[in-house]
Amino acid sequence: MVHRVVITGIGIYSSIGKDLNEVADSLYNGKSGIVLDQIRKQHGYRSGLTGYVERPNLRNVLDRRARIMLPEQGEFAYMSTIEALKVAKFEQDYLDTHSVGILFGNDSSAKPVIESNDIVREKGSTIMVGSGSVFQTMNSTVTMNLSTIFRLKGINFTVSGACASGSHAIGLGYTFIKHGYQDCIICGGAQEVNPYSMGNFDALGAFSIREDAPHKASRPFDRDRDGLVPSGGGATVIIESLEHALKRGASILGEIIAYGFSSNGAHISNPTVEGPAIAIEMSLKQAGVKNSEIDYINAHATATLAGDATEARSINTIFGAVKPLVSSTKSMTGHECWMSGASEIVYSMLMMEKGFVAPNINFENPDEESANLNIAAKKIDTNIDMFLSNSFGFGGTNSSLIVKKWKNN
Amino acid sequence: MSQEEIAEKIVPYLEEEFEIDGKLITPEANLRNTLQLDSLDYVDLVVVIESNFKFKIKPGDFQNINTFSDFYAYVETALIQKEQENILNAEINSQRNGV
Repeated sequence: MVHRVVITGIGIYSSIGKDLNEVADSLYNGKSGIVLDQIRKQHGYRSGLTGYVERPNLRNVLDRRARIMLPEQGEFAYMSTIEALKVAKFEQDYLDTHSVGILFGNDSSAKPVIESNDIVREKGSTIMVGSGSVFQTMNSTVTMNLSTIFRLKGINFTVSGACASGSHAIGLGYTFIKHGYQDCIICGGAQEVNPYSMGNFDALGAFSIREDAPHKASRPFDRDRDGLVPSGGGATVIIESLEHALKRGASILGEIIAYGFSSNGAHISNPTVEGPAIAIEMSLKQAGVKNSEIDYINAHATATLAGDATEARSINTIFGAVKPLVSSTKSMTGHECWMSGASEIVYSMLMMEKGFVAPNINFENPDEESANLNIAAKKIDTNIDMFLSNSFGFGGTNSSLIVKKWKNN
Repeated sequence: MSQEEIAEKIVPYLEEEFEIDGKLITPEANLRNTLQLDSLDYVDLVVVIESNFKFKIKPGDFQNINTFSDFYAYVETALIQKEQENILNAEINSQRNGV
């Protein structure tokens, strides 16, 4: 039996807001979360631009044991998950007595790795790193910590799929529920945002160096874009089988109707047109919808020259004259990397709920490829019944999710 | 260093590290229960000791420590041993250097 999969909870902690209300307001008003971080310049970064995400103070929220095992992206994910659980009306009693899973996208934990090895080298003793370090350093840190904090008893692992990690996590959760292996999974993505986490990415020269105007730096699809701006935070998307959600009496926010995926089978960092197009096409086919039914595309578009151009061509290949509205929320948030596939579902869900398409800020002049898209340079008040969210990553990993508005049918 | 001096030095760090009220730390109190130690926390106790008293302790050594009084006595003995080792090492080095 195949089950319908619905979204019943969302939560967000990002550079454009610490909760759903703040983020919805930022999206509506085109507010940027990008700053210039002087510490990055001291570390030798080519670009000191980054999304700014304040670490939450969890001292009186979580006990010491839980806190010393959480790296910053774990703290961000805790914040977004607390909010999503509240939206979904989950109490701890329910989590204690049912098989609820967790799948998060995360693909690094650089700061704890670097800091712990600095201690080992300085002290000449491994024990001096303390007991919390190992649980902070592993890629699975978010799921191992949150599953412990919330005492989860279902599926439990981390998805590392580069900048598509969060999207694949939701896609895998969707697949597990669709085929009846789980009733409910807490999905999401998390991304560290400290100066240790992005140095080797900066080395590739992939970041914008428009340091004199941080809010103008992230310019997806714009002719004068000069690279991405790294960012981070935590995003949570709680998904359930329709039967499970109805039985609980949960409020249904939307329905996931497709998870398309593909691998480019080409260069490790250079994008292709064909790979993403295959994922998008698979998602449309799986959902059984025409391209004209997609009202909005939340593009992956990170503001790199090659990435945006190839995505524009991929979208144009499939949507042609249909031209749904397109925007990249990375114009405001920066590139939230491992988290972005999940956060952009949250952003798009907020747009769908409130009836607007967030602006692709800093889109001032199209280039040859983006001129073929219907890009929302300004906020547009409009109804969204169905959206497509693209996420692509190094190694040529691609993920496309389609979400439909819940209309009680 | 006397046991009183050891207590005076270490209690603020235990309060900070394990987030407990220092008034609960009395010589008769049970170390494990008072600090609410699980198996992982002993690693952090080792870090606190090594950082403050500069000697290495194995987590297994805690098997014979029940109260804070036992703990202070253990540290006192270890510091005396460390001092003796330092004196011995200094003598060996002097002999090696022909002084």
